[in-house]
Amino acid sequence: MPRLTVEDLKKIKEEYKSILTLREGGARVKVTIHMGTCGIAAGARKVMEALLEEKGKSGVTDMIVTTSGCAGLCSKEPMATVEIINESPVKYVHLNEEKIRTIFKEHVMEGKPVEQYALVMGSETAY
Amino acid sequence: MENYRLSVMMCGGTGCTAAGSLTVKDALFEEIRKKGLEKEINVVITTCSSFCSQGPVMTVYPGEIFYPKLATKDILEVVEEHFIKGRPVERLMYKESPRKGAIPLMKDIPFYKYQVLRALRNKGLIDAEKIGEYISRDGYQAAAKALTEMTPEQIIDEMKKSGLRGRGGAGFPTGLKWEESAKARADQKYILCNGDEGDPGAFMDRSIMEGDPHVVLEGMIIGAKAIGSTKGYIYVRAEYPLAVQRLQLAIDQAKENGLLGENILGTGFNFDIEIYQGAGAFVCGESTALMRSLEGKRGMPRPRPPQSAVKGLWGKPTVLNNVETYANVPQIILNGADWFRTLGTEKSAGTKVFALSGAINNIGLIEVPMGIPLRKIIFDIGGGIPNKRKFKAVQLGGPSGGCIPESLLDTPVTYEDIMKTGAIVGSGGMVVMNDLNCMVSVAKFFLEFTVEESCGKCPPCRLGTTVMHDILLNITEGRGAEGDIELLEDLSRDIITASLCGLGQTAPNPVLTTIKYFREEYESHINEKWCKTGVCKELCTFYIDEEKCKACGVCKRACPQNAISGEKKVPHRIDQSRCIQCRSCYVGCKFDSVKIGPRSMRDAMDLPDQEALNNMRIETMAGKGE
Repeated sequence: MPRLTVEDLKKIKEEYKSILTLREGGARVKVTIHMGTCGIAAGARKVMEALLEEKGKSGVTDMIVTTSGCAGLCSKEPMATVEIINESPVKYVHLNEEKIRTIFKEHVMEGKPVEQYALVMGSETAY
Repeated sequence: MENYRLSVMMCGGTGCTAAGSLTVKDALFEEIRKKGLEKEINVVITTCSSFCSQGPVMTVYPGEIFYPKLATKDILEVVEEHFIKGRPVERLMYKESPRKGAIPLMKDIPFYKYQVLRALRNKGLIDAEKIGEYISRDGYQAAAKALTEMTPEQIIDEMKKSGLRGRGGAGFPTGLKWEESAKARADQKYILCNGDEGDPGAFMDRSIMEGDPHVVLEGMIIGAKAIGSTKGYIYVRAEYPLAVQRLQLAIDQAKENGLLGENILGTGFNFDIEIYQGAGAFVCGESTALMRSLEGKRGMPRPRPPQSAVKGLWGKPTVLNNVETYANVPQIILNGADWFRTLGTEKSAGTKVFALSGAINNIGLIEVPMGIPLRKIIFDIGGGIPNKRKFKAVQLGGPSGGCIPESLLDTPVTYEDIMKTGAIVGSGGMVVMNDLNCMVSVAKFFLEFTVEESCGKCPPCRLGTTVMHDILLNITEGRGAEGDIELLEDLSRDIITASLCGLGQTAPNPVLTTIKYFREEYESHINEKWCKTGVCKELCTFYIDEEKCKACGVCKRACPQNAISGEKKVPHRIDQSRCIQCRSCYVGCKFDSVKIGPRSMRDAMDLPDQEALNNMRIETMAGKGE
C-alpha cells in the first residue's frame, strides 16, 4: 500500500464511510460479531462460523459479516449487532449457533428482529 | 400527494378495538372535521402496535408523541392543544416513548442511558484488524493535525488545559508529565504505553487494545511529537495474546501506510513503536519497574527522584502513560480542551472507563462522565445485585484500593472524593460484593495477592505484607487476639510510609478500609470467634431455626454431605459432625431459616479447643519491640 498523506486520510475516510455505512445500492445489512476475549471465551467463534455457513448456503450478496471488539456487556456474551439499512441496529445477547441461525433467517433475510434474543435497539452515545 | 402538517397513527388492532378505539376514532375524525383540519392532519389507522395493554393508543408525528389509554373525552383536548396550538398534552402522554416491537431502545435501558463513550467510542463498532475502519471514524486525523498544524508547545498546552489525568490510577496530569519531558534535553527520548493491567477484576485496557488498537498508536504519535521522541514501546502482559496480536497487526498496518516509521504522513516526522511483552508480574505496572523490565532486567522499582520524565528508560527522558490515557488524547487534539471539559468535574475532567465485576447483574465494561455517584453506576448501569441479595461493599482500585460501604455510595466518582473514602479510583476495576462476603477474608485475599506480587526489594513491603497476612490468617482461622486490629493499623502506617514504590505504599489500603468501615466484623471474628457470613469455616456453625423452618427440603437437597435430616412438615436439622460449612443450605433457603452461629455452638463436637487453637497461632515479631 502506498504511503499516506494527510489528504489521503480524508479520502480513505470517505471511501470507508460509504462501505461501512449501509447505503442504497450497496449492502443492505451488516452483522457484527463481538469478538473480544470475553466473546471468544463465551463461544463467539462458533456463532460466527454458523452465521457464515448460513450466509454461504443462502447465497445472499447484500450482507456484510464483520467482527469487532468487546461490546461492553461481557456477562451477556456472545453478542452480535444486526443493522439493516435505514433501521436502528439491534443488539443480540447470549447467542449460540442455533440462535444466530434463527436471527439470520428472520432478521437478516426477512427483516423481522427476533425479539426474544434481542437486548436493545439503537446506537450508543459517543462524543 | 397532500402535504400534511401532522400525521396521526391510530392503532386499529384487535386489542385497541376491544378497548374502544372505534368510538375514539370517530370522535377524532369528527373533531378534525369540525375544526377544518382535514387538509393539515393525516390520520392513519395502523395494524396492531403491540401496545395492547395500553389501548386505545395513538402516536403523533413529528415528535413521536405517544398517547395511550385514550378516551373520547380526551380527544377534544388533544385536538385543541396539540393539533392546533402545538402543545402536546403531557397529562395524556406516556411516560416513556413507544417502543418498536418488544425491543427496548438504548435510552430506555439504564446500562446504555448513563454511559458516554469517548475512550471507548469505537467499542464494538469497528473491525480492529482493518485500519481503514479506524480511519473512517476520524482515525489518525488528530495525529495529522498535531503533526501539521501544531507545535509541541501547543499540544502540551491543549493537554494541560484539558485537565486529562493519568487513567492508570495515580491521576497525574498528563500535560504536566509531557511538559516536563519536553523540557528535558537529550539525544533520545521515549514514549511508553503501560498495558500491564494487573488488578484483579480489571480489563479496561485489554478491551481497548483488542478492540481499538490504532487509538493507542495515535495517542502515542501525538505524545511523541509533543516531547520530541522517535521511539515508543507498548508494554503488554503476555497473558493478553489477542491484544498483542491485534496491536502488532495495527503497528504493521500503520507502518505500511506511512503512519509510523520515517516521514509520517509526509510531514518529515519519524516515530516507531515496538511491543514488549511482560511476563505478568504485578509490580511491572509500576513505572520504574516497568522500565527496568523493558531494559531486560528483573522488574524492580528504583527510588525517585530522578523522575522518569527526566531520567527513565536507559537513563533517557521517558513518558509513560496508560492505555486509556492515550485513548483519550486524539479526541482532545481533534475537538479541543474545552470540549473535553464539558464532561466531568473541575479537577477530574472527562470520562472514566470501569470494569464492573463481582456480585452485579451487568458484568462488563462501561464509560461514564466523572463525578457520577457510585450508586448510579452500581444500581442503574450495573443493574444492581443479582439473586435478591444485599449490596455490601464495592472494591475500587484493586490491591491498592479499598472497599466502599453502602453508606458512602453517593460519593461522586472523582479522584479526590474517592481518595477521601480511603480507596482510589485506580485503573478502573470495580468489584461489587454482596452480603455473602466476609470483609476480613476480602482483606486477606488482597494481602495474599500483594505478598505474592511484592518484588522483595524493600523490607517494609516484603516482610510487612507477609506479617499482615499472617495476622489476618490468625483472625480468620480462629486464632485472633486482642490487639490484632491495632497492630494491623500500626503496621499499615509503617508500610505506607517506608515502602519504596506504589505497590507497598498502597498495599495496606484494603485492610485499612475494611477496618474503617467493617470494624465490627473484625471484632466478632476475634472476640466471639464468629464469622457472621459463614465464609471463615472455623468461625461459624450452621443451624436451622426450627420455628421458622417450613420443611420445604431445599436445604436438604442442596447439602452435598447429606448432613440435613427432616421430613415433610418436620423442621429440618443439621448434623454438625457432617457439616463442612459450605453454605449451600444458607444460600438456598428462601425463608431465612438457616442461621449462622458462632464457633462455640459446635464446641461439643470433636473440634480443637480454643487453647489448642491459640497454640497454633502464627507468631510474628511485629509489635514486640526490642
